Amino acid sequence: MSALAFEAAGPIHTRAAGDRSRLARAVTVALAVLLAGAILCSLAIGAAGTSLWSVLAALARGESVPLADSVVLWQIRAPRTLMGIGVGAALAVSGALMQGLFRNPLADPGIVGVGAGAGLGAIAAIVMGAALPAMIRETLGYYLVPVAAFLGGWVSTLVLYRVATRRGRTSVAMMLLAGIALGALAGALSGILVYIADDAQLRDLTFWGLGSLAGATWSKVLTGLPIMLPALVAAPFLARGLNGLTLGEAAAFHLGIHVQRVKNVAILAVAAATGAAVALSGGIGFVGIVVPHLLRLMSGPDHRYLLVNSALLGAALLLVADIVSRTVIAPAELPIGIVTAVLGGPVFLWILFRQRGVLDL
Amino acid sequence: MTLEANGITVRLGRSRVLRDVAFSAAPGAVTAIVGPNGSGKTTLLRALTGEVPHEGTVRLNGRDTAEAAPWQLARQRAVLPQATTLAFPFNVIEVVSLGLQEAGAWQVARQALVRVGLSGYEARYYQELSGGEQQRVQLARALAQVWQPVGEAESRWLFLDEPVASLDIGHQLQVMRIARSFAEAGGGIVAVMHDLNLTAMFADRVVLLEGGRVLGEGAPEAVLTDALLSRAYNWPVRVGVAPAAVLFVLPQAAGDGRAD
Repeated sequence: MSALAFEAAGPIHTRAAGDRSRLARAVTVALAVLLAGAILCSLAIGAAGTSLWSVLAALARGESVPLADSVVLWQIRAPRTLMGIGVGAALAVSGALMQGLFRNPLADPGIVGVGAGAGLGAIAAIVMGAALPAMIRETLGYYLVPVAAFLGGWVSTLVLYRVATRRGRTSVAMMLLAGIALGALAGALSGILVYIADDAQLRDLTFWGLGSLAGATWSKVLTGLPIMLPALVAAPFLARGLNGLTLGEAAAFHLGIHVQRVKNVAILAVAAATGAAVALSGGIGFVGIVVPHLLRLMSGPDHRYLLVNSALLGAALLLVADIVSRTVIAPAELPIGIVTAVLGGPVFLWILFRQRGVLDL
Repeated sequence: MTLEANGITVRLGRSRVLRDVAFSAAPGAVTAIVGPNGSGKTTLLRALTGEVPHEGTVRLNGRDTAEAAPWQLARQRAVLPQATTLAFPFNVIEVVSLGLQEAGAWQVARQALVRVGLSGYEARYYQELSGGEQQRVQLARALAQVWQPVGEAESRWLFLDEPVASLDIGHQLQVMRIARSFAEAGGGIVAVMHDLNLTAMFADRVVLLEGGRVLGEGAPEAVLTDALLSRAYNWPVRVGVAPAAVLFVLPQAAGDGRAD
């Protein structure tokens, strides 16, 4: 094209050229349907022979539901399903937020030490909670473990951002190296705590650390959700800021974005979502990195759609993984972390392989 | 209705990159900042746009920029950095649309892309473009942000950091013409320039920096002189002298970039 040609401005191409917003909205609808299906399956499938359909049919006919079926559905499958939705959405959204914040598709709380930091917080609460002043213990009650996990995740994210970002640009190498150091440190401190834990605490730790949705109870689910929900609700409001941040902090500021505010809220949201997910499920890998990446491939990286779609796909994916984990070797259960790692590990390697040229590492 | 900076001092570590620099620019004109490597050109631009902490004041259209909120500044001025890499697979129209200050102004993004000569590139991935094309996409993004050179009864401003550094001569002239017409329509242009020929050709005012101080300022004829340039660049430079029997290609020989 000639250097002078711009004077004869060509016709404006239709709005459609390059516009992926409709596609992204269609993906939202499809994912909502997928999630609804996953919820039904999660309620319908399980080790016990309880059939969701016969229960629903009984309810529809106005008959009473057998007590055993009612317990299985309402006390076992329902909280487990709700926990799967919450943990899956929190893991995927915290991954998407963190990748936006660090301007890097490899940033994921599980990979860069934030999950380990949250884990350290949770373990510290279980092992040393009794040593806390009674006032704090009584105020927090059942929330002690999730709040401690949130604080651990928050401190790790702050340290990580501080180390990896210089003059408004984030170095990928620094982020990964700092994440390795943070993860190792948190792991070592957790190890020390496990070493000094007594038998009862060890049992709690073992249950907690399995990386599983098993043992979901209403009380457990309800301690995590109040910490998780604000992060999930806040996430879409960060979309414009995170879109601007992909150009770098300075360019985002020039676009009119209050950069420091976006960073502060994003870091708090990442810590809250990761902390609550870790406290509830002991940390489940790869959801946070695979879900946002698949969605970027499908409908683009615009955070206005990415964050909402991540929540939907993360929730659906974790429910499916949970169904697999409790049916594949029933009546025993495969830890869900194994299922997500088997699915997510190869996808992660494939991402690295495909993006070797594009990633500025 | 001007850009006025006074007493700008920027420290990096213990050294002072800029020392008590005074700078002003008027809308309707192209103001170029020139000087040798390390003279503080880009730092001055970053101080003017509030990107680096500095001493002194910057007043844009009469208001102290230090007291303005980011969104208020964003409606008055756009900034084009030297180079921008993206970690996520945005396509071209999505990058340009990042500049939009009002939701739903999608036509502006598409017109900006036409303006930089990249119409038809909407759905291409930014990361797959050449460096020069990426730079023009970023220019379109900045143009989309301040699409009307005069708005809300005030001039809008474009700050350009070496806007033509990675472009071929044709696109250099094209980009400088875009800057020129933005100024002619009443907007203000402040550009860090490396190329003295293009500066002589397109700038209305030149500020020559050396060692973090202003060595000279004024019309191109007054600043781009043998004496000042030789002192600034520490090399005996001669202006307006065509050496005999040596091959050279001057942008000036392509006219002023206007179609015949």
